[in-house]
Amino acid sequence: MKVRLCHPERDIEIKGPKRVKELLRDLSLVQEAHLVIRGDDLVTEDEMLKDDDLVEIRPVISGGERG
Amino acid sequence: MRCTKCTTKAVIGLPRHNAAFCRPCFTEFVHDQVARAIKSERMFGREDRILVAVSGGKDSLALWHILLKLGYRADALYVDLGIPAYSAKSREKVQRFAETTAHDHGATLCIHTVKEAEGAGIRELSMLVHRPTCSTCGTIKRYQFNRAAVEQDYDVMATGHNLDDEAARLLGNILHWQVEYLDKQGPSLPASVEGFAKKVKPLYRLSEREIAAYAVLNRIDYIVEECPMAKGSKMLLYKDVLNRLETESPGTKQRFYWGFLDQERLSRGTSSMLEKDRSALQPCSTCGQPTTAHICSYCRMIARAKAGASS
Repeated sequence: MKVRLCHPERDIEIKGPKRVKELLRDLSLVQEAHLVIRGDDLVTEDEMLKDDDLVEIRPVISGGERG
Repeated sequence: MRCTKCTTKAVIGLPRHNAAFCRPCFTEFVHDQVARAIKSERMFGREDRILVAVSGGKDSLALWHILLKLGYRADALYVDLGIPAYSAKSREKVQRFAETTAHDHGATLCIHTVKEAEGAGIRELSMLVHRPTCSTCGTIKRYQFNRAAVEQDYDVMATGHNLDDEAARLLGNILHWQVEYLDKQGPSLPASVEGFAKKVKPLYRLSEREIAAYAVLNRIDYIVEECPMAKGSKMLLYKDVLNRLETESPGTKQRFYWGFLDQERLSRGTSSMLEKDRSALQPCSTCGQPTTAHICSYCRMIARAKAGASS
């Protein structure tokens, strides 16, 4: 499957099928700091991703001062 | 995973609540959490005029979206910091949201451009005053948001601070025993003296991940890129540590921050900050905004920047 990562934006290829939880673990990404998006929708950690899926792993944490 | 409320397919799991939600039930959950925050902290009422501090990021745009959907009278202010490429992009996101969503609710957007008002962008200003960019940015934004809220007679100013922001700030303050900052960590800060707007944080019950999910599910087009100035900031490190703990032990962040709020209420009561502010604050001799010093930190910073630019 094609996995789009941010900061910096890049695409990587990962062999499927694979559960969202395992994908994050394989990439050493903390679940609480990321969303996994397939198409227009979010997918939960137990969802099985297929080899031909295109997913985005979006970091949700921002730093610095706010407001 | 199935939605805890309606048993259809879930789009997000929330381990800290031991729940999962489908898209409509998750939106309802988020609205409920914000409504609960507004009510329990007596943030504002239906008739109040609210000024939302927006940046183009997920938190502030989601906040504006939620307040409008809940039927509140919420306008917004965007401060253009003049960060090359980044500011233009974030400004465009805010303007698009204002035109496509806020406008339908009768809400308006105001823009303050730092380069026009202060004479230089945030990067040049922080170099001139020898301060970290995030701290210069904080001083300018706090000053301009407060000024706009007071001058334009808004009843309250709302920011997009979330549970992660507050827990990370609390961790930083405790690690360095900066106890003098702790009483400013509440989700509702009163307009303690003339010239100070009331400030509220209606998203304090929601995690950063939940707000990002709300933005994605409600098709809010926000700036995903991190502000280039925040790279390597301590806040990011504290958030990372807390999120590692949260993943291992769901509910850690809320227990940490909400527990602190409970302790604060028990030990200090609500009047202490009012009394402290009233005895410590006086009008800035340059601009008139409340300050503990003779001249406020914003005016001092601008004076130093002007002196630095001319030397």
